[in-house]
Amino acid sequence: MFSINKFFTLILLLSVSLFLTSCDKDEDDMPTVDFSGTFSQADQMGRPAVNTVFVPSDRKDDFNTTTPAEMGGAFSSIFETTLTTLNPGYTTNALGLDAPTFSSVLATDILTVSTSGVTTFFDGTNVLTGRTLTDDVIDVELLLIFGGPDGSANAGLTSDNVSSNDKAFESGFPYLATPW
Amino acid sequence: MKRLNLFFVLSILFLSGILFMSADHIDAPAVTNGSSDIADFYAFESSENSNNMVFAITLQGLLSPNNTAAANFDENVLVEINIDNNSDNVEDLVIQLIPRDGKMYAFGPYAPGTTGLNSSIDELATRMEVDITDYGNNAVIGTSGNSKLFAGPRDDPFFFDLGAYTDVLAGNATGFSDPGTDTFAGTNVLAIVVEVPKSTLGNDTSVNTWVETKVKN
Repeated sequence: MFSINKFFTLILLLSVSLFLTSCDKDEDDMPTVDFSGTFSQADQMGRPAVNTVFVPSDRKDDFNTTTPAEMGGAFSSIFETTLTTLNPGYTTNALGLDAPTFSSVLATDILTVSTSGVTTFFDGTNVLTGRTLTDDVIDVELLLIFGGPDGSANAGLTSDNVSSNDKAFESGFPYLATPW
Repeated sequence: MKRLNLFFVLSILFLSGILFMSADHIDAPAVTNGSSDIADFYAFESSENSNNMVFAITLQGLLSPNNTAAANFDENVLVEINIDNNSDNVEDLVIQLIPRDGKMYAFGPYAPGTTGLNSSIDELATRMEVDITDYGNNAVIGTSGNSKLFAGPRDDPFFFDLGAYTDVLAGNATGFSDPGTDTFAGTNVLAIVVEVPKSTLGNDTSVNTWVETKVKN
């Protein structure tokens, strides 16, 4: 009886010490990093320049804290006002979208990205299937806002004549150029 | 003449709001010039591995080279890439990026417990980490399986003749200059680049995506 009790006691002590040892070891290998807490929205972005161009100053913070699912309902009419102020002659654009439709598309500020094909903002064929570093997104947006149905309207306003970055991008990860 | 009048109207309506416009840089009063100010967001297929998707987020735009070494990611700011794979514009997956003590951590992609304006981090989610690259040093790249992570200062990849656009809106020009001048030339941003297998983003042929910054309460 005594020896069995002693055996169990030994096992118990051994288990406890092993447990403690492994705890210490974990602490040495992985120092505790605190990721706790709740984080609340400050800024958001889908497509380039949308909030900046289309949302009036007094609503920009509102736009940043409206979820994409609610943006269309809350902001489509504001976007249409901006669009027709920027270009009073707007009829349709190169995508064939009239002012209410184009405004509605823009107001939901998400970037659609193809996971099965070419990713580009616009490459002459594919439209809004992603955004690469080299995409001239400003020209695309100027063309859609000012260019009319065939892109030929308001010729002086459909390109900023800056078509590429000031520094070559890298061919491999992380792709962005080294800082100046 | 009519166009000139139009632009004078425009200048009154928009000039103050868009004076420092860029893709999203400095877009709204509450975040402008702060550590939570998103400059840009890119999403594209990896040129190194067509099975991978790359997300690049830039923050704290218009850093001059002299100010770049002192710029830091804010440990109170969570950067969250949202992925909607059933077209309801509600995130089904997130990739959460947050700095701690010189490292950038990436959690996900994983399905968050809650969606919308408030987030927490599930520490049990798939995790990757990398030392934040110091200004002037070679890029440090974290890897986990086929995923990669980078965080540190980079050249601002955005290009735009903001000055000419401002002149147009102010009625000082009727169109852009040719050639234009890249207002963002010679400036830096803080960048986070994360590359993940497309298979981790769901089974659809496309996803809707957007990026958020969220500040710790």
